[in-house]
Amino acid sequence: MAYADAHGHDDHKPNFVNRWLFSTNHKDIGTLYILFSLFAAIIGIGLSVLMRMELQHPGLQIFADGQMWNAYVSAHGLIMVFFVIMPALIGGFGNWFVPIMIGAPDMAFPRLNNISYWLLVPAFLLLGGSLFVGGGAGAGWTIYPPLSDDTYQTGPAMDMALFALHLAGASSILGAANFITTIFNMRAPGMTLHKMPLFVWSMLVTAFLLLLAVPVLGGAITMLITDRNFGTAFFDPAGGGDPVLFQHLFWFFGHPEVYIMILPAFGIISHVISTFSKKPVFGYLGMAYAMVAIGVVGFVVWAHHMYTSGMDVDTRAYFMAATMVIAVPTGVKIFSWIATMWGGSITMNTPMLFAIGFIFLFTLGGVTGVVLANAGITQILHNTYYVVAHFHYVLSLGAVFGIYAGIYYWIGKMSGKQYPERLGKIHFWLTFVGVNLTFFPMHFLGNQGMPRRYPDYPDAFWGWNFVASMGAYISVAGFIFFFYVMYVTLRRGAPVPANYWGEGATTLEWQISSPPPFHSFDELPRIR
Amino acid sequence: MVGAPQPWAMGLQSSGGPIKDAISSFNELVFWLMAGITVFVAALLAWCMWRYSAARNPVPSQNSHNTPLEIAWTVIPVLILLVIAIPSFRLIYYQDRARDADLTINVTGHQWYWNYRFPDHGNFAFDSRPLQDDEIRPGQFRNLEVDEPLLIPVGRTIRVMTGAADVIHSFFMPSLGVQRYGIPGRTLETWMRADRVGTFYGQCNQICGVNHWFMPIVIKAVPQAEFDAWVESARTRFARVDDNTPAVAASDNDTIHMAATRQ
Repeated sequence: MAYADAHGHDDHKPNFVNRWLFSTNHKDIGTLYILFSLFAAIIGIGLSVLMRMELQHPGLQIFADGQMWNAYVSAHGLIMVFFVIMPALIGGFGNWFVPIMIGAPDMAFPRLNNISYWLLVPAFLLLGGSLFVGGGAGAGWTIYPPLSDDTYQTGPAMDMALFALHLAGASSILGAANFITTIFNMRAPGMTLHKMPLFVWSMLVTAFLLLLAVPVLGGAITMLITDRNFGTAFFDPAGGGDPVLFQHLFWFFGHPEVYIMILPAFGIISHVISTFSKKPVFGYLGMAYAMVAIGVVGFVVWAHHMYTSGMDVDTRAYFMAATMVIAVPTGVKIFSWIATMWGGSITMNTPMLFAIGFIFLFTLGGVTGVVLANAGITQILHNTYYVVAHFHYVLSLGAVFGIYAGIYYWIGKMSGKQYPERLGKIHFWLTFVGVNLTFFPMHFLGNQGMPRRYPDYPDAFWGWNFVASMGAYISVAGFIFFFYVMYVTLRRGAPVPANYWGEGATTLEWQISSPPPFHSFDELPRIR
Repeated sequence: MVGAPQPWAMGLQSSGGPIKDAISSFNELVFWLMAGITVFVAALLAWCMWRYSAARNPVPSQNSHNTPLEIAWTVIPVLILLVIAIPSFRLIYYQDRARDADLTINVTGHQWYWNYRFPDHGNFAFDSRPLQDDEIRPGQFRNLEVDEPLLIPVGRTIRVMTGAADVIHSFFMPSLGVQRYGIPGRTLETWMRADRVGTFYGQCNQICGVNHWFMPIVIKAVPQAEFDAWVESARTRFARVDDNTPAVAASDNDTIHMAATRQ
């Protein structure tokens, strides 16, 4: 990805070490984030394949015991959330395209940007390493005490995982501050908030969610660390503490966190749908403020993860009502995307396939969310595979489809080389069939009462588990195929002009060359 | 009846009591509404892909606003949610706690077995441990059977008080429509009733360590007479030689007092 080759002007081209290790260029850091995310995805998806192999048949086959299983389940969740989806969407695409789309020369704090990235690397090493220390950190990604206390998770593995979360959290908070400052202060002349592309809006809301939610996680895990190591009893009833307090703190972070993962994907999907329908986004303001509404309401619904934790019934009633409210702005987004397509002139390139797949699968994950919002039903669906199906539909199929759509949409812009269309479509269909075969049967397992985080299950659950495992193998074949597509793209992809998608692509990144020069803009663009 | 998961089944488990009946019928309503929305969205997407493909519609419209439409897709979902919300609220208040419980059972989760205590019947208590694979007899369910099932009288309302001795567990009985965490230091209250004679299976449903997957729950709903006879024998069989009530479980007086104040 040689920017200097493409553009001769004033480009000082730093040497390898300066460029990639000490990088302060938003595009290079974005590239680093995307590469990091792909590497972490190999590990995270690898863990899930091991899990599906174990669950393919009843009985314990490849896992030594439940602790090893619990450690793998926890690591899979934490890796996919903190080291795959967030780095790809926020660090990767956010860094690459927020400054370009608002016509800024770079992020507001380039060195802060650099440390945000490099904090993730030790975080990932700590979390990955925790799998090999003692019995691993086996308390689920929700790390509820007392199970995460030193009595039940002995040794340093859990502490390593907690410090990994601290580092990843610090990285996120710094990144969020950087995005907020950049978006508020560095927009080009004429780029008012109400003219900002929706991807930038999505990153702005995401950054606020990060800034307000992650410190709460930081506080919770700090208390957990002192409970484990320094004899405090914040969450230990024997010392006057309360395990349920941790659940409230965790989910006060954890619920905004799921919107942190999906909002940037919303932004990407808006761009892709608009580009390939050759129409402006329908109901732009409604789309922007729907995201703001989702962000705001997302902060007051956290205890719907705790319907069976013994909360008072009136409290449950409140959280149920608030949770269902979120369906309204989400519906606005879904219907606005469809209205954007309506009357358009649609070409079905790979990014568009992923975007339409996203809309359908996110709708499916959304309606199961409405089912789960009802505490009455969740009384028997809580912690079952129905929940696993639901959140994989919105994240594994939602956020990940958003990432794929973004990669195919922008790979030509980022690398200067276009992906092979036919291979991209094969990748889409492999993924689409694979993930649906994996996760759809999980609704049935959950309805029948299969609890999550089980390495072995009653034999009646065998059938659908077998189907899900087969689906997982197809999905992972799709994932491997994706690397082949990327290899072909970077090796033999056709060079592309500045705007290779044509009239539908209207945001600023399509005004500059592909790949963009090392410094995107010689002078600030003016937006009319 | 047998309340257990069935091979290849897709829906909820069959119902053993009134709470689960209520959940099932409400779930039916929500399911059809949600299925309708999904099909509607899928149909719109398919129509757009077909009708507005570049081949059929080479010149795109540039229409990007339609206020009545935007109001419609905000208001109609609100109405659908109201249709869901009203029975949903009714359901959670119904599920919450028993009004006139016939008896109380204290359920305490341990790593990795359950302990049941009958404060209204002389406060006898016993452990219920899973049967290993080699103890399973033909016709029994692997991973779901225990050595001492919990017996309850059919048709009687049972107040369930959940607690835990070590880490958080979850008392989960899909076919009776009940689930509550057992949390150390706390006692949670809910209720259940089996209207049909039978055996109901559940499992611990909150990650609780190495054997989380192997702490099943078996509840046998039997006629009152049979229950009374079982209680008689259980009181001698599980006679307490010590009084090591776990500190975390509510004492009997607490239970009765709490129950009385909540009536």
